Amino acid sequence: MSAKPPYDEMRAADGTIRPHYRAHAEWLKHQEPGFLQQKQREANALYTRLGITFAVYGDESGTERSIPFDIIPRIIRPAAWKIISDGARQRVRALNAFLKDIYNEQEIVKAGIIPASQITGNPAYRPEMKGVQLPGDVYVHIAGVDIVKTDAGQFYVLEDNLRTPSGVSYVLENRKMMMRLFPDLFSKMPVAPVDHFTDDLLENLRAVAPSHTSQPTVVVMTPGAHNSAYFEHAFLAQQMGVELVEGQDMFVADDVVYLRTTEGPQRVDVIYRRIDDDFLDPVAFRPDSALGVPGLFSAYRAGNVNLANAIGTGVADDKSTYLFVPQMIDYYLNEKPIIENVPTYKLSDPEDLAYTLAHLPELVVKEVHGSGGYGMLVGPTSTKAQIADFRKVIEKNPKNYIAQPTLALSTCPTFIDSDVVPRHVDLRPYVLAGREVTLVPGGLTRVALREGSLVVNSSQGGGTKDTWVLEDQSC
Amino acid sequence: MLSRQANNLYWMSRQIERAENTARLLDITHRMSLLPYRVVDTGQDWADPWALPLIINGLASEYYSSHPGQITSQKVLHFMVMDSANPSSIFSLMRAARENGRSMRGLLTTEMYEDLNSMWLELRSRSETAMKSGGINDFFEWIKTQSHQFRGVTVGTMLRDEAYQFIRLGTFMERADNTVRLLDVKYHTLLPSAEEVGGAVDYYQWSALLRSVSALSAYRRIYRDVITPKRVAELLLLHEDMPRSVHACMNEIYEILGDLCKKESMEPERLAGELHAQLHYGRVDQIMETGLHEYLMEFLEKLHQLDAELNQYFLVPVFAPETKSFQPAPQTQGAAQNQTA
Repeated sequence: MSAKPPYDEMRAADGTIRPHYRAHAEWLKHQEPGFLQQKQREANALYTRLGITFAVYGDESGTERSIPFDIIPRIIRPAAWKIISDGARQRVRALNAFLKDIYNEQEIVKAGIIPASQITGNPAYRPEMKGVQLPGDVYVHIAGVDIVKTDAGQFYVLEDNLRTPSGVSYVLENRKMMMRLFPDLFSKMPVAPVDHFTDDLLENLRAVAPSHTSQPTVVVMTPGAHNSAYFEHAFLAQQMGVELVEGQDMFVADDVVYLRTTEGPQRVDVIYRRIDDDFLDPVAFRPDSALGVPGLFSAYRAGNVNLANAIGTGVADDKSTYLFVPQMIDYYLNEKPIIENVPTYKLSDPEDLAYTLAHLPELVVKEVHGSGGYGMLVGPTSTKAQIADFRKVIEKNPKNYIAQPTLALSTCPTFIDSDVVPRHVDLRPYVLAGREVTLVPGGLTRVALREGSLVVNSSQGGGTKDTWVLEDQSC
Repeated sequence: MLSRQANNLYWMSRQIERAENTARLLDITHRMSLLPYRVVDTGQDWADPWALPLIINGLASEYYSSHPGQITSQKVLHFMVMDSANPSSIFSLMRAARENGRSMRGLLTTEMYEDLNSMWLELRSRSETAMKSGGINDFFEWIKTQSHQFRGVTVGTMLRDEAYQFIRLGTFMERADNTVRLLDVKYHTLLPSAEEVGGAVDYYQWSALLRSVSALSAYRRIYRDVITPKRVAELLLLHEDMPRSVHACMNEIYEILGDLCKKESMEPERLAGELHAQLHYGRVDQIMETGLHEYLMEFLEKLHQLDAELNQYFLVPVFAPETKSFQPAPQTQGAAQNQTA
């Protein structure tokens, strides 16, 4: 790694506070010692009491944990937000065009930009979706685009989450928490609101309803109370004012989906499903799924119900397809990527493979179809033995891997014990696609709470922060 | 509302009501077992007072399959109170009620959920030995109080919506069922007794039965006379001013179904109306002529039929594709013995 220190979002290299952090830094200076500690304790207690938790898998007693919340907001300048917002929306537009294309004419393959094997050979590709026409040609209605910053104005997209991205409830709850803890800060700083996310979401879902109705019934579909993200499912349903349903609450007759209600069958038009493709319909997909609705896929194909996100979007968000997103932006939108991909080495390419094997201690190597940090090597934090072992694994099947340089993620001030210290962060803004492609100003900032750590996952010591996009152009 | 939601709420209140009634029954059994007067026919297991709660709740065969040997108060109390393997123990009922409430948290008021949750947490923290040394009667009082309190919080805080109706429906369906079963117990114990009717054993048993449904002082105030089976039957079946009488329960059920039932779901309302009329216009002389046991068994069967109809039309509906509507599935047999949730 280079000797250059990571980019500090609050302080410039000479130690001065950057303009957009000044109001907050000034406020911070005037707080009594112990005040922040008390507020941090208050926040922790509130999160536990309000039950904003995720279930811990494999724990029979039903233990629930809350993700650590940091009380120092991450502040983003309007100019930086414009890059993030334009860049994320551009990607989602391109990815939607890509999905529409590959499930229909496959022009991008015919144009020689993406090899056919990349699509039809992908396990997340759903041949059943070929030729299915979707309202508004929207496949991805809710996307989470993971973005990191490494220098002034320099952003990279780490990955696109196009299946059932989670975490948006934290964006809304973190904001509520901050307004409750520090109301005076909001009067000092022009923080763009995020509360309208669920209104936008509902409007988008209604906009993609099948054409047979002008008053569509929208539901949120959850695998059930034991799912780790159940809190979020219930939260979103409640905020949108729609029913939270399980597979058993629905049935299909003559390719129409109905809810079982106390007043008889009620037709369902749009399902915001938080359940994987495989489990949606035991007739069409995994026959052992008890979570799904038999016949749902057939109703979907017939155009009598819409699903958000569409079935088969996973083909567009795995790490090997990621490499092609810049070409998609060029091919479908005729634009230049606003946010770049992280430079990536494809180990199926002999030159890239040679480079990677020679530079393993500096690189991050990931499995093409893996997720959640499995099957992955982080060179700089691994031992020689781990690197040697992983080298053998790569050599056995190089085309199953990609490699990327270890990025020096930017840092944000974070409250640890009783000090405000820099910690590495990333950002997941949530992009909505319906009639238009929009996103609320903000997103989920994840922070690696351990000093020097670059891993922001909540399972490995990561926490969250509220993300403040300032509206004042002068910052 | 979703059928699953209605079903969970209906069962939540049934489970709490059943826990309360189990506590009442065990309390009275415990008091009776302390009396010098014992039921005759001591050679038979069912004649032991501790067999009564098992018989009334339809748990006798379940109990005997897991508890061979002589029936004892200790074994029955454990089985009926804290045995987590018995789905009808007070412990299991409260656990299930809390689980049902938790999954439907969004439909309950904050006070209701907190009440239900703290009830469960306290029950779970009570050890069985401490419970016994602290006085089993105190424990039963505590359960009754918890049930009263939850019902009070429900009535006092909840919006009068469909969810409320299903919660109330569960309470009265369960209470009607329990009162009928309780009345029938005399068939198993007293009537075939050699003891003179009106004798001491007779008196204690009838008064214990009345006490278990908080009806002893009401009996005295209304009849101002000795306790006779006929009057007890009249009070607990037909007297609509008695809050635990079957008539009072049917008043509530009939009224709730009047609100819930639509054109397509008239059948449950019709059946509830039939049961209600039977009590409203019924006379105790006729009931005694038919035979109390026969009358009660027939009533219980119809009550289970009503429960099955509630399932078909509201709680776990079956869809009939050919008519594009929910239709009653064929009647299931043996519902009368089905006591588990």
